[in-house]
Amino acid sequence: MTANPSVTIVGAGPAGLAAARAATAAGARVRLIDAEPAPGGQYLRGDALGVQEDGRSAPDLPGEVEHFPDTEVWALEPLSGGGARLHLRTGPADGSAGAGVAAPDDGPRASVDRAVPHHAVRTIDAPVLVLATGAHDRVLPFPGWDLPGVVTAGAAQALAKSQRTAIGNTAVVAGTGPFLLPVARSLHGVGARVAAVLEANAPVSGWLRDPAGTAAGAGKLGELAGHTAALARHRVPYRTRTAVIAAHGDGALEAVTTARLDPDWRPLPGTEHTIAADALCLGFGFTPRLELAIAAGCATTGGFVLVDAAQATSTHGVFAAGEPTGIGGAALAAAEGEVAGTAAARAAGHRVAPPLSALRRVRTGRRFAAALSAAHPVRSGWKEWPKDDTVVCRCEEVPLRDLRAAARSAPGGRAFKLASRAGLGLCQGRICGRNTADLIGLTHDDARRFDRRPIAVPIRLGDLAGDT
Amino acid sequence: MSDRLTVTVDGERTTAVPGQTVAALLIGLGRRSWRTTRGAGRPRGIFCGIGVCFDCLVVVNGESDVRACRRRVADGDEIRVQHGAENPS
Repeated sequence: MTANPSVTIVGAGPAGLAAARAATAAGARVRLIDAEPAPGGQYLRGDALGVQEDGRSAPDLPGEVEHFPDTEVWALEPLSGGGARLHLRTGPADGSAGAGVAAPDDGPRASVDRAVPHHAVRTIDAPVLVLATGAHDRVLPFPGWDLPGVVTAGAAQALAKSQRTAIGNTAVVAGTGPFLLPVARSLHGVGARVAAVLEANAPVSGWLRDPAGTAAGAGKLGELAGHTAALARHRVPYRTRTAVIAAHGDGALEAVTTARLDPDWRPLPGTEHTIAADALCLGFGFTPRLELAIAAGCATTGGFVLVDAAQATSTHGVFAAGEPTGIGGAALAAAEGEVAGTAAARAAGHRVAPPLSALRRVRTGRRFAAALSAAHPVRSGWKEWPKDDTVVCRCEEVPLRDLRAAARSAPGGRAFKLASRAGLGLCQGRICGRNTADLIGLTHDDARRFDRRPIAVPIRLGDLAGDT
Repeated sequence: MSDRLTVTVDGERTTAVPGQTVAALLIGLGRRSWRTTRGAGRPRGIFCGIGVCFDCLVVVNGESDVRACRRRVADGDEIRVQHGAENPS
């Protein structure tokens, strides 16, 4: 092999870390690109406060792995021979070259060194690439969901786990899925009072429908039972078939309105309750981060990257692992990462042994993931929660009324996006894309437009000029 | 690495911990919002917390559109609220 690292991995969460370990073990030179200062991703996120340069609380990486921390892939172009060219931006988040350096006339603290370290924009070629880009929380819109104090469950978790910070004094955790439980526990751990955990589904009956799939995740269920017991000890009320359907406050969250739901998630009239809270933490499952895979030309199916048994995508030299191939949690992501890392090393010319144990864990993990998603679906009754003036696209401040008007004047596709402006803001439809598609009833192909992002992360013009 | 970082938030001097994000610093100071939207001037603060939604934008050292959830505080940072669309520097 040449001096170039033979396997490039994007994302240092459970999938990317497992891929890095497997590819290294197979003899491949590995570089691991990640947006965070320390490896771990969202699930293995460590305490970031007071952590030294070596990332004390972060998961271990094999010493041979070339780790690119604080690095975002802002664009990806397929390479004709396979793999992709990656445009990278390294440095403090959203700082540009030269910014942050104290000017000479900057007053008394001009002597303080404020130079931005390690700022760089560069391009690397990755003939063999593993995409382990993870997912983010899905949140459904309802009146008041854009008030400060209303956050994703993942935001509350990240603040608690890595910043020892409670998002509020009194929190309501709502949505669907097992992730709500560890979030509630973390909130309690950093001193917040958790007023209620509201699960929109009725998961127990959901689990019973697929006993084999449920049994496949016995370890995970044990972990969830631990969370449930902890919350019971702290007397945190846990309600099923219940959701927050409105948030209230003058400039920031002060209270939420909850309601019981019918099995399709339509609010049942007369069941409304008000809970005083300054934090509302929402999670309705996860949305995979697909933009790099789509830019690489990888085929998708049902909103996820299509992979074969070796985690190979439809693009030569590009593998995918973890949530982009199907939401399944950390254990499945790690198993897929091990398979992908092994297959990537093989694609890079190394001899490998078939990762039989990881392949087995992928199979059982996917059965459990299927049971999980069957027990915690997003049901269509949520579409009755937003009102005409509820903002659906937060970036461009597009209310539901305008989405509907745009859909009437420009049905479907690109014309709808341009007419409504939904998904054209800085988040590029990451938050509103699926909700908009559901609310308007876009076709599958039109809905996929929200996942296409040629510029994966907004980048400053000055950085573009410096990209060589 | 020093134990404490000295920064300003909207001109007020305060301290931060190495590794702390701008968002955690602001929440710790009791702030719940630190940006207004371009259109209706609505208040916004942290939302996704992991760099996806671009709702928690703040101005750091004169540079606008910095994600407070991802930016680590550096010694001497001047942090201030962002009003609507501010011209990129």
